Amino acid sequence: MSEPAVELRDVTKVFTSTRGDLAEEVYAVQEMNLEIAQGEFFTLLGPSGCGKTTTLRLIAGFERPTKGEIFIHGQPMSKVPPNLRPVNTVFQNYALFPHLNVARNVGFGLEVRRVSRPERERRIHEALDMVQLAEMSNRRPSQLSGGQQQRIALARALVNQPAVLLLDEPLGALDLKLRKAMQIELKQLQAQVGITFIYVTHDQEEALTMSNRIAVMNKGRVLQVGDPVTLYEKPASHFVADFIGESNFFRGVVEAVSGQLVEVQVSGTRVRATAGALPPSSGQEALFAVRPEKVRLIISEESIDGALRGVIQEVIYIGTDTRYIVNVEAQSPVAVRVQNGCGIAPQEYRRGDVVQLSWLPEDAHLLAD
Amino acid sequence: MEHPRRLFALIGPPSVYLTLFFLLPLGIMAVFSFRAGTIGEARNVFTLEHYRQFIANAAYHRLLWRSSLMAFGIASISTLLAYPLAYFLTFQAGERKLTLMTLIIIPTWTSYLLRVFAWKLILGTNGLLNTLLLSLGIIDQASPILLYSRTAVMVTLVYVWVPFVALPIFAALERIDRSLLEAAADLGCKPWEAFLRVTLPLSAPGVIAGFFFCLIPTLGEYVTPLLVGGGQGAMYGNLIQDQFVRALNWSMGSVMSLAMLLAVIVLLVIFSRMGSFSKLLEL
Repeated sequence: MSEPAVELRDVTKVFTSTRGDLAEEVYAVQEMNLEIAQGEFFTLLGPSGCGKTTTLRLIAGFERPTKGEIFIHGQPMSKVPPNLRPVNTVFQNYALFPHLNVARNVGFGLEVRRVSRPERERRIHEALDMVQLAEMSNRRPSQLSGGQQQRIALARALVNQPAVLLLDEPLGALDLKLRKAMQIELKQLQAQVGITFIYVTHDQEEALTMSNRIAVMNKGRVLQVGDPVTLYEKPASHFVADFIGESNFFRGVVEAVSGQLVEVQVSGTRVRATAGALPPSSGQEALFAVRPEKVRLIISEESIDGALRGVIQEVIYIGTDTRYIVNVEAQSPVAVRVQNGCGIAPQEYRRGDVVQLSWLPEDAHLLAD
Repeated sequence: MEHPRRLFALIGPPSVYLTLFFLLPLGIMAVFSFRAGTIGEARNVFTLEHYRQFIANAAYHRLLWRSSLMAFGIASISTLLAYPLAYFLTFQAGERKLTLMTLIIIPTWTSYLLRVFAWKLILGTNGLLNTLLLSLGIIDQASPILLYSRTAVMVTLVYVWVPFVALPIFAALERIDRSLLEAAADLGCKPWEAFLRVTLPLSAPGVIAGFFFCLIPTLGEYVTPLLVGGGQGAMYGNLIQDQFVRALNWSMGSVMSLAMLLAVIVLLVIFSRMGSFSKLLEL
């Protein structure tokens, strides 16, 4: 394996804002360590204010780390200004130059780097072809739609063949349908050009759709790094389980531990879960999460071993699935998703039905609180 | 139906005002330019004599040309001085922006005449500048040429105009999206390259507005040359004033005014052909 495209070592960024005599310190990024492989589609995912955009700006060089060091292809970047870094950025608001036409916007980086005119024109043409906007080369940015501006911003960055492309919520301003189409297009483009993409978004679905790996961030820290399947199937913390997809959380007391299998007392019933990275001990308080589609509903007044008893409070039919909200004693309402697949009649269960809720132990993950 | 009426209610009063106090006097002036004399029977005689005189007299053209050059120079120097000022306020001043801005504007609250008179005290033979240069031993005797010269007119008018030229430039710089400068750096620009390729072209409308803001009134300036210019610093405006007030030759004064109006219009047309000025109007 070659050296990582980008490496962050103990990177901390503190913003100091002074208001009168009061100096307030805000930790935007705290002791961040990341290794991003060459050719990877890597996503920084988190709610607004989590430090994901600051991280991107640190890599681009618009901000300097307070502590720590950033390496791009093994080279330390602390003394390298943004104009000399082998990265290009697609800005959230696109930041296209309003006084230049599309071709000159795209060719801007080449012009600055004194690329010869014929070579420049060839590459501008190639880049515009790639984003399918060759016929727009004489337009001004203000004459383009949001989606077109977004593609031009992408072409303007990619034409320079950067080692790493940084994208700051580039699809945030587009409508849902266009965003979905662009997600697929971006993903294909990345595979085609083979450039490392570092992508910032707060949209977990977008992150899952496009990324090879995702770093989930909150309050300036990276909580978990992993591929989409791992993050969804094996979230390590309450925040990750809650932020990516939907989760039902249960609190209880650990009764028995045998290897990975943990038995937890929840609302007077003994249920099973998987320990994951946190081997608990008996008598300890535990929190675990189960995805709505991993919960099985069984109509039965009789209690079933390892199942929680509940009463259906709400039945919501949403076409492909039916959602049930089930009240369980001393727990938050539990969401259950049943797919309306072959042989299952929609709305099989009714409001007020007493049901038993069960799941496979490997679908219930003990979490760090 | 309602919109045209509302629009008329809005533009009605200023239209009436401008017609009464701008277009009408302009028309009267045009009429006077064809009259043989200002008073008496001569008023009713139509003549092109004054136009002929104006066209024949090279001294008038020289003064109009020289005044245009002076106005151009004053506007250029004011713009060159105002740009760094506006740039500093926008990008460097930070929290002091408002304070510094107020400091620049405060002098303009005092009377224009007062500020011009102040320069008389600075530039006069026994003035501040001469005294200072004498006491520093840079000159042996007080120089009378500091005042009553073309330079004195230019120095004074540049002083008067810099804040007003700085304002539109400041507004244009403020409007530039900071992410455009980051994008320029991201695409390989050193700071000065980003300035030349992005900041300067995007602030051009403000620069042009400021430049014309200064150029056009300066072209017709006559108070400042009167106070600090003396014979050497006289401008075309003084010549017009002389025709109206001293020579009582309103017809000649009218012809000369119209000639200047034509000069301004020609200037504006040239600049609007250059494209940038029309873009300014769109903004």
